Amino acid sequence: MSISDLLNNSFVRWMDAETGPESDIAISSRVRLARNLRMIPFPHLMTPEYGKKCIREINDAREKNEDKVLGALNTISFDQISVIDRQILVEKHLISPGHAEKSEFFRGLMVNEDGSLAIMVNEEDHLRIQCFLPGLQIKEAYSLVQQLDDALEKRLDFAFDERQGYLTSCPTNVGTGMRASVMLHLPAIALSGQTRIIFQNINQLGMTVRGLYGEGTEVVGNLFQLSNQITMGQTEEDIISNLSTIAIQIIEQERLMRGKLNKEMQYQLEDRIGRSYGVLTNARTLSSNEALNLLSDVRLGVDMGIINSIKRFVLNELIVAIRPAHLQKKSGKEMDAFSRDIERAKAVKEKLL
Amino acid sequence: MYCEECKEKPATVHLTQMFDGKKVEIHLCEECAAKKGVQMFAPDNILSIPQLLGSFFGSSNMQELKSPADAVACPNCGMRFLDIKQTGKLGCSECYTVFERNMEPILRRIHGNSRHIGRIPARGGEKVLINRQIRKLKSRLQEAVANEEYEKAAEIRDSIKEIEKKIN
Repeated sequence: MSISDLLNNSFVRWMDAETGPESDIAISSRVRLARNLRMIPFPHLMTPEYGKKCIREINDAREKNEDKVLGALNTISFDQISVIDRQILVEKHLISPGHAEKSEFFRGLMVNEDGSLAIMVNEEDHLRIQCFLPGLQIKEAYSLVQQLDDALEKRLDFAFDERQGYLTSCPTNVGTGMRASVMLHLPAIALSGQTRIIFQNINQLGMTVRGLYGEGTEVVGNLFQLSNQITMGQTEEDIISNLSTIAIQIIEQERLMRGKLNKEMQYQLEDRIGRSYGVLTNARTLSSNEALNLLSDVRLGVDMGIINSIKRFVLNELIVAIRPAHLQKKSGKEMDAFSRDIERAKAVKEKLL
Repeated sequence: MYCEECKEKPATVHLTQMFDGKKVEIHLCEECAAKKGVQMFAPDNILSIPQLLGSFFGSSNMQELKSPADAVACPNCGMRFLDIKQTGKLGCSECYTVFERNMEPILRRIHGNSRHIGRIPARGGEKVLINRQIRKLKSRLQEAVANEEYEKAAEIRDSIKEIEKKIN
């Protein structure tokens, strides 16, 4: 898979549910490390001169390195690709929405073949090394970013202070510079109305819950992103293991609630899932939120064996394939919201039937 | 009062609109209001991230008397402490040294503590590791003294000295 595949297809590695543990509830896991070069101003203060210097150092580190993983990364510079293509990368979760907004030559992305490893270049920090895997695999994702970090660190002089740790442009990331997260699909917990209580407790443990596209995004389709809040005073291993433990507890609670639903409200549950499937496969127009909410019902149906004809990987792909940039890329033209709703309904039908 | 649209949830959004010169009142729940595209009035964007961070820095009020520390600038990138307070961002690696004292309480407020104990870079990391070891030994020394285990304390003190000799 090349960069053009990455921009033209909807598939990336984290969607491959069949290979991910707990993938009936945990959709994907992500770990990212924020790293900066010493002395070079952080991206928000970057001038073209510093931009050149920064890119030269990063490219050097990549080219002169013998690490296979690092060597296999392809580079995209944001002055070379369109806004739509940058949006495609956001929708695939490879870059943040903020990163897509700017197109200076020093901003970009380094990414491997299947989109499981990616480095955002000059987003909020000089480097944000990220790994995305399907299912609950935070430990595995951490070990992969750690390898990339090691490889880069052989050539790059990272900003580090003994007391303060890895130095980042925002003080909320300083220390480990690490943010780990799991995307969880929690329809039964949401239905039971426990979401708020659970998440309040989570906040007290130094963790937080966000929507589908991270910071500042709303929860749609019962997809919750659980991540660590604190980056200082805890080791990476502790953060990873705390997050995994809590994720497992939430997953177990969701399973419990699903069992209860099945036992006590079987007809209502099957009715709701069947209706949602009916709308998705017959609608002529679908808004993004409506589609995500209905797909949540269908996913629950697949997980509980009520629907057998659909693979989870197709549902994961749909989360991305129904987003505006992917729809526009597929039809090869810019579209207004209503035309997108029509194309979205088509795309959903195509995948589900 | 229930939402006029879904008739299920309580109405929390109350709108008064003018249609053909007549006053019409609409009562909706938040979800239906959002669906209908009702613009929820945002109270001047109080919770933007820099502003939230600004409150960590001890001042959410930009008009507040500027302290002399605010004018200090980082010699490498030119960021002043005032700029950091206002944007919630530091300018470069050197800012962390220049503003270390000012940042300490802020980091404590954000993270609950202000010392990194995680991963260290392999290059130049040996010294950090040794310092960490010394810090650990020193706290054990204090413990031993507090417990009046003087023999143990002497042992720990010797090993600290030995390590310190090595790095100098």
